[in-house]
Amino acid sequence: MTLIRRILLRLLTMAITLFGVAVIVFFVIRVVPGNPIAMMLPPGAGEEDIARLKALYGFDKTIPEQFVIWLTGVLHGDFGTSITTRQPVLQLVLSRLPATIELSIMALVIAVIIGGALALTGTRRRGTRVEGAIDVTNGMALSVPDFLWGLVLILLFGVLWPVFHISGRVSPALDLPFSTNFYLFESVLRLRFDIWADLVSHMFMPSLALAIPLAAIIAQLLKQSLKETMHLDYVTLARTKGYDENHVITREALPNAVLPTLTLIGVQFTFLIGGTVIIERLFSYEGLGNMAIDAVINRDLPLIQGIVILFALIFTVVNLVVDLTYAALNPRLRHG
Amino acid sequence: MADARGLVKRRIGMRLWLSGGWLTLLVLAAIFAPLIAPQDPLMQDLFGGRMPPFWEAGSDAAFPLGSDSLGRDVLSRIIYGARVALGVALIAGTLTCLIGSLLGLIAGYFRGWPDMVISRLVDIWMAFPPVLFAILLIAVMGTGLTSIIIAIVVIDWTRFARVIRAEAMSQGAMDYVASAQVAGRKRFSTMLAEILPNVLPTIVVLLTLEMGIAVIVEAILSFVNLSISTDQPTWGSMIAEGRLSIHQAWWVLVFPLITLFLTVLSFSQLGEGLKDHFDPVLR
Repeated sequence: MTLIRRILLRLLTMAITLFGVAVIVFFVIRVVPGNPIAMMLPPGAGEEDIARLKALYGFDKTIPEQFVIWLTGVLHGDFGTSITTRQPVLQLVLSRLPATIELSIMALVIAVIIGGALALTGTRRRGTRVEGAIDVTNGMALSVPDFLWGLVLILLFGVLWPVFHISGRVSPALDLPFSTNFYLFESVLRLRFDIWADLVSHMFMPSLALAIPLAAIIAQLLKQSLKETMHLDYVTLARTKGYDENHVITREALPNAVLPTLTLIGVQFTFLIGGTVIIERLFSYEGLGNMAIDAVINRDLPLIQGIVILFALIFTVVNLVVDLTYAALNPRLRHG
Repeated sequence: MADARGLVKRRIGMRLWLSGGWLTLLVLAAIFAPLIAPQDPLMQDLFGGRMPPFWEAGSDAAFPLGSDSLGRDVLSRIIYGARVALGVALIAGTLTCLIGSLLGLIAGYFRGWPDMVISRLVDIWMAFPPVLFAILLIAVMGTGLTSIIIAIVVIDWTRFARVIRAEAMSQGAMDYVASAQVAGRKRFSTMLAEILPNVLPTIVVLLTLEMGIAVIVEAILSFVNLSISTDQPTWGSMIAEGRLSIHQAWWVLVFPLITLFLTVLSFSQLGEGLKDHFDPVLR
């Protein structure tokens, strides 16, 4: 299968998946027993007002009709209007998206650094107590989900030894001169390292909570691949040439051992993004996930739809990128 | 090699004993909650609020792990909370396991269009952030124990379906299945009589892990205040309250958190231990 055909096939399955997500969300939330319109009106509003408002949000039509109208709008970039804030859904969602992207990427970077360091150390010290300790730590880190790690971090570094912020995205007292919502990137571009430090101090705990399980997975798989590679003849050859152990591990074994880990990171990254929903809530971080939970509690149907579709889009795009990167890196798939 | 295997075996044994022991303790506590809980878990005493645990000054021996801001006994609430956590783990875990495994078996063994439909559904499910999906379902169905169980089943069946499908597929290609078919067995009964026993160890491992996940999901839902009614103590709601008063009364957060942590860790270690136990190479 050529790369082009592979991409086209993936785009088609992606479209089907997204359509499926849209159908499910749309129909599931319209079975909601509570009437979202009734919650928007002041007490004592007449039948007429209710009917007018229903017509405004399209709730007077049948559900399949509403779906067609909504889908047509979405294809034109119109995701409807939020019921609670009366702002366009797309605008609301896009304003929160950068916060979540920055958090996820920071978590990914932390996970790769910690996981990579543990894998290399474990390989360097294989067969010793150090490797045993790394295995036990990995086992623990994998068994407990990000939500619990978040709470543990809050206790350790928010209360016992309060060195990091455990709530919010940035100190409210700071005056932000930014024109986008990518605060972390923009603070670097504008050389405002005071704001950058404040942002990192807020983001470190939630992103570490998200990173711990992924770091353990990376450490485990990379260490295993490295150990298998260390037994290959070419590695022995490099050793007989007189290279020291560190060189052999990082320069000779690592490039050949890293591919399975890269694929796994891609798959696991979508789980990490899914984890932002509750982690943002836990750390009162103003991202998409926190907004999603508020939207569900307020029964803001158009906003919920928009957020879920966006999450599904991110998931499928990440999967596509992973697949293509893998195909590009793996010669057997590229030419096969 | 024999030595290494002995070491692994010993480690598995200890893991199984420790995690099994904690879970047994918890089950007993849940069953006999009214007998062992020192206080009524709902009884409020606004004058006895935020009492510290027994080893600190100003504590009351009747409230060994202290009291929360409304004066309710932390230990008693943890004990009663175990009822909800374990109930959800047992019921939601089993139902998820039954539905997911059956769909996985059908997809993996029958292949063809059932496999196409089930695999496509799994793909769609994987595009949902699970926590958001759970909260959405609870908002739709309303809070309550039944809603939580349904939400867990609806979301997590794919965990079983994915793994069991792959296993059933590789089992289905083996000679013993072909000979069963040649001998005249119907396909559905071949699936249940020949394939199922061979994937059963995997199902048991997944079920154990799923129970841990169910406990976490329930805790997350009660943390965002979408679990069951507030007059039933749950670990998640205790953690949510503790998170708010963390600087005044750390014990309100710490004790339910430790309980939840140990429980989730135990389910997961039990699952991993069983996996190694069923592994013919290690055995």
